[in-house]
Amino acid sequence: MLANAWLIPLFPLISFVLLVAFGRQLKEGAAYVGILSLLASFVVAVGVFFERFAEGAHDYITSFDWLNIGDFVFTMGFEVNQLNAMMLIVVTLVSLMVHLYSKGYMHGDERFPVFYSYLSLFTFSMLMLVISPNLLQAYIFWELVGASSFLLIGFYFFKPSARAAAKKAFLTTRVGDLGIFIGISLLFWQTGTFEYAAIFEAAHSGVLSPEFITLTSILIFIGAVGKSGQFPLHIWLPDAMEGPTPVSALIHAATMVAAGVYLVARLFPLFEASATAMLTVAIIGGVTAIFAASIGLVQNDIKRVLAYSTVSQLGYMMMALGSAGYVAGVFHLFTHAFFKALLFLAAGSVIHSVGTQDIKEMGGVGKHMPITKIVFLIGALAIAGVPGLAGFFSKEEILIATYDSGNVVLFWLALTAAVMTAFYMFRLYFLTFSGTPRHENHHVHESPIFMTLPMIILAVLAIFSGYVVYAGFGEWLAHGVISGEEGEGHHTWIMVLSIAAAFGGIGLAYLLYGRNNKVSTAEPKGLHKLLFNKYYVDEFYGTTVIKPYTLFGYVLKFFDKYVIGGLVQFTAWIAVAIGRLGQRLQNGQVQAYSLVTILGLVILLLSMTAGRLW
Amino acid sequence: MVPLGGYLAVGAILFSIGVYGLLTKKNGIIVLLSIELMLNAVNVNLVAFSRFGIAANITGQIFSVFTITVAAAEAAIGLAILVAIFRNKATINASEIDIMKR
Repeated sequence: MLANAWLIPLFPLISFVLLVAFGRQLKEGAAYVGILSLLASFVVAVGVFFERFAEGAHDYITSFDWLNIGDFVFTMGFEVNQLNAMMLIVVTLVSLMVHLYSKGYMHGDERFPVFYSYLSLFTFSMLMLVISPNLLQAYIFWELVGASSFLLIGFYFFKPSARAAAKKAFLTTRVGDLGIFIGISLLFWQTGTFEYAAIFEAAHSGVLSPEFITLTSILIFIGAVGKSGQFPLHIWLPDAMEGPTPVSALIHAATMVAAGVYLVARLFPLFEASATAMLTVAIIGGVTAIFAASIGLVQNDIKRVLAYSTVSQLGYMMMALGSAGYVAGVFHLFTHAFFKALLFLAAGSVIHSVGTQDIKEMGGVGKHMPITKIVFLIGALAIAGVPGLAGFFSKEEILIATYDSGNVVLFWLALTAAVMTAFYMFRLYFLTFSGTPRHENHHVHESPIFMTLPMIILAVLAIFSGYVVYAGFGEWLAHGVISGEEGEGHHTWIMVLSIAAAFGGIGLAYLLYGRNNKVSTAEPKGLHKLLFNKYYVDEFYGTTVIKPYTLFGYVLKFFDKYVIGGLVQFTAWIAVAIGRLGQRLQNGQVQAYSLVTILGLVILLLSMTAGRLW
Repeated sequence: MVPLGGYLAVGAILFSIGVYGLLTKKNGIIVLLSIELMLNAVNVNLVAFSRFGIAANITGQIFSVFTITVAAAEAAIGLAILVAIFRNKATINASEIDIMKR
């Protein structure tokens, strides 16, 4: 089965090709092509996962020569290890759910088949990225994932805001991609290979100097910062919510943004070799977690709250990885994918029915949409870390990992972010689903089966996916990746604190928004205003980066228009001038022609005579 | 006896007058006459060389007879063309005739 893992990305690719070729004829039948291909991928992924999970299984890696340049051989291929066996399940499952859901959500859109073809393209690239056995192949699909994300954010390209968001996402992640590109180029320069295993070998055998490892790790981490929406490159992710909601669930919550975390996890042995790099990852993660969570507290757009929540949770994962909590980070990636996709799909269901994204205009939606209400509640409980649901297990692991790393500040940051997470999720829940409607919405109704079914499946996973820890999931993940013993200290007081954080946040949200269910219409002031305006990061970039660049662009434009353009005009002018001269010579006057002829003859004779004399 | 140089000088003067007339005169008929002058300057040279040349023989005189014949034909054709132009454009002013421009 492991040898057949290449089939997993193949099915979405086939679906993409089919939809591009026959999408027009298929119309909404395109959904079935996408769903069936993903179902096939998912079945294979499950097979691969259980074979890898079995006792005594080994990593499977195979590759073929792709390019021979000089002495270097570039290979392509695929591999199956614990980490990507898990990722394959997550990606195919969430993608399958989103494919199902989109059948209902995108119903009636005239570019329905195009949407499905983009989804398939994205799923293909994401699976290829995950399954890559070397950094070069991973980088190729890393970019392809970014490109399909661009296409999907800008799916409603007729909206200027969607166009702007797509451009912003692409350019911001580009900044990060530059880092990762330099990073892997440097690694190739020093080790002569892109293979993960060979790079880890070089890092641990002392071929690479410690400073070099720190440098390349941080450069690669910059790429992960861009892709995973970490501070300070997080600005594109909330804007990416301009895309259709299923896209937000798939790409900007569960899979693509997790690619940065995945990459850091995949290169964990490299990062581990440098304490500075690990500390950088932990600090950036911690700062992002609290930073984004605090913005999420006051936003009024349902998808934006979820987007900031995503940024914050990704920061959590990074913080865990940076604190040497490999299992904790990857485990949170696993559980988060399910409940965050669930929350987005539920939010999409609400938006689909209410027709607005502003939670101030919602309220009382739960009465008409019982299924959506329940699954959203499950998702919110899971992300808040209430005991018994998936988020609780992974969040506690992260708290333990940060505590064990000895960095007390990070630990308290994580705990504060946990309180905030519980608070903003339940603020969202109370304002949207409970109470009475604040605006007249007559047509609020439950979503069709195609939309509710994936949400129910994800809700089940959001409850139970945490219990895999009891099946030895953690030890299995860590096997062969973590060199030393992971600090398996049982800190009961941390568990108590994390439960207290969850219930504290929920309780606070209930006090403020659950009881009277009102939203203040006053202008935000002070700290509230700062948070509401997202710490003015966009404005800051606007003045420090975008303005100078725009000015520079104007300079270049001026140069192009007047210097380059001037040269071109001048060349054209010379040709015209020569033409004018010729035109004047050809005046049709026979006498003028003969004058020229005679003058020519005279000059010829004179020069010949002069030549003889001389 | 007039030496060779005298004949050649007359020829050169005649030719130059012809060129001048060809290039400057506006009347088409005078332009044709100037061409005749140039041809006759050549005739003077041919005859002079057939009498005073290094290898003096009759060839030059025969050539000049040819030239006179050709000049007559050329004058006939030239006048015919001028008549045709005059019928079309009502002018024989050389500076107004520029149909070769197009």
